[in-house]
Amino acid sequence: MTRQADLLVLGAGPAGTEAALAASEAGLDVVLIDEQADAGGQGWRAPLSGLTLPRKGPDAEAGDALRARLAASRVDRRFGRRVWSIGGAFRLDAAGPDGPEAYQAPRLIAATGAHERVVPFPGWTLPGVIGLAGATVLLKAQAVLPGRRVVVAGSGPLLFAVAAGIIAKGGEVAAIVDMDNRLAWAKRLPGLARRFDLLKEGLGWTWSILGARVPFLAGYGVRRATGETELSSVIVGPVDANGAPADGTERSFDCDALAVGHGLVPGGEVPKILRADHFYDRLRGGFIPELDPFGRTTIENLYACGDGTGIRGARPSAAAGRLAGLAAAYDAERLDERTFDALAALSLKALADYRPFADTVAAAMALRPAQVAAITPETIVCRCEDVTRAEIDAAVDAGAGDINQMKHFTRCGMGPCQGRMCGDVAAELVAQRRGVPRDEVGFWTQRVPLRPVPFDTMIGTFDYADIPIPPPAPL
Amino acid sequence: MSLVRVTNGVTRPAAVTFDVDGVSVSAPAGEPLATALAVAGLLTLRDSPRNGAPRGAFCHMGLCQECVVSVDGRTVQACLTPVRDGMTVNLGGTLK
Ligand SMILES: Cc1cc2nc3c(=O)[nH]c(=O)nc-3n(C[C@H](O)[C@H](O)[C@H](O)COP(=O)(O)OP(=O)(O)OC[C@H]3O[C@@H](n4cnc5c(N)ncnc54)[C@H](O)[C@@H]3O)c2cc1C
Ligand code: FES
Repeated sequence: MTRQADLLVLGAGPAGTEAALAASEAGLDVVLIDEQADAGGQGWRAPLSGLTLPRKGPDAEAGDALRARLAASRVDRRFGRRVWSIGGAFRLDAAGPDGPEAYQAPRLIAATGAHERVVPFPGWTLPGVIGLAGATVLLKAQAVLPGRRVVVAGSGPLLFAVAAGIIAKGGEVAAIVDMDNRLAWAKRLPGLARRFDLLKEGLGWTWSILGARVPFLAGYGVRRATGETELSSVIVGPVDANGAPADGTERSFDCDALAVGHGLVPGGEVPKILRADHFYDRLRGGFIPELDPFGRTTIENLYACGDGTGIRGARPSAAAGRLAGLAAAYDAERLDERTFDALAALSLKALADYRPFADTVAAAMALRPAQVAAITPETIVCRCEDVTRAEIDAAVDAGAGDINQMKHFTRCGMGPCQGRMCGDVAAELVAQRRGVPRDEVGFWTQRVPLRPVPFDTMIGTFDYADIPIPPPAPL
Repeated sequence: MSLVRVTNGVTRPAAVTFDVDGVSVSAPAGEPLATALAVAGLLTLRDSPRNGAPRGAFCHMGLCQECVVSVDGRTVQACLTPVRDGMTVNLGGTLK
């Protein structure tokens, strides 16, 4: 059976949940769908059921408040549902706990969040190397340390969040390796200081890191990770302000885990599949949909919000979510213009207030072309298909002009992750090799399934009697 | 070497026991299988298709597919699969 509604919201992170709440408060029948067990998304993720932590951080508190409001609302909450297909205007198919499910509504809000970018280096495929954002999931939702002795490396604020998280939970950080030097962070202070509450959180992380006397290497990057069948050490070296390796001595750290990440990539599959217009924005993490100030895409009745529309962080995503929810309700004629304007004004102001902070943080997480340029030829770029940089370069030299041609030539991006882990870096490599702007090489042609699901889940059980047969034409 | 469960001040659901390539492993009910295996020292979940190199959970959020294993005969992502009492996990012969 297909659940009909006024509005479907895909993704129950800060953005999608706020969107669902705003639209539902305005009177729409809203279904909110997420594959996780509860709302909160990546940053405000709920701890595993039955797990209790001694202390709650600001993210856990923000998540709890959001979940409480959602529980008290009329939003139809469908958790544990993995949406694999999307079509029409608008139908979602999901793999649910009891099999296939379908949802349909005239309006859809895509709030699918972001995923992690790791710029490849030799050894990044060794067991024991994990993503920095993934490490936040282990720490926050599972109270699990990524290893006994962990190197934390990469760029952006998650670096400090993860290092401080490990220290707070009694773990050992072997070293923190930040691509940015101290000057870069000093230059960012004015932007960060625009949100004193968030700056304070960051300073708290810094204090705990200083207190633990962890070696802190600013202006360093990972050169390679080594080990036989599992990670055993990480070799780091200086990088310049653009992320390219610089002269200077390498240092090696023995460790059993490396948590590494170089920012986030917007995971906007839905607007891509539905053919909304997109553009490339390096600051915001990649190709993002063209939106009006309220989150309307170029496709009628399709809205998008949150980190999937460009990296901004949890709180701005929540504000953008409210705007999208209000816009959907207004477009459905459930809000009059005055009420809409008044309610939207609050969220527009919140979004503007966050902007300098969000831009500063996004800049620290944006892709650094010189870092990509320095990937060595033998380094695996596509983990699923073991495609190396040299093979990507060879494909471009043989005439692969855009990212999809390169995929056909090499199988890069053709594996089970569907290019989510390598796409951003692979496209950058193609653009650099051709010497053209990123826009020209495009992005993967997005197709269903959005997420892999077993075939029997897709087909489900059906009855021949359910197959619609059109009445015969009159003779 | 392995992931480590934080014990200090943390309470967890009761442990369940399941079978991994003939070896019995236990973990708190509901913990993601990828985590439970890594805590047990099983970081390598499969070999990569082309050069056969060892691979383990990488993204821990359901995207990279590096953690794909077989549970009760079905192919699943271990980082999204909660452990249950009596489940049978097959790592495709990579368990050492
Ligand atoms: C792994 C990870 C960890 C992070 N940790 C932090 C952190 O500790 N602190 C911080 O400030 N920021 C963190 N971030 C940044 C964070 O993404 C954002 O700032 C914030 O969560 C964005 O909110 P959102 O609502 O846009 O997206 P998200 O919070 O990412 O929510 C998107 C939701 O959509 C769901 N979804 C997507 N596709 C599907 C589908 N096909 N079917 C069903 N459900 C789907 C996901 O399950 C998810 O719950 C992290 C990001 C990542 C990727
Ligand atoms: S670890 Fe990436 S999908 Fe499970």
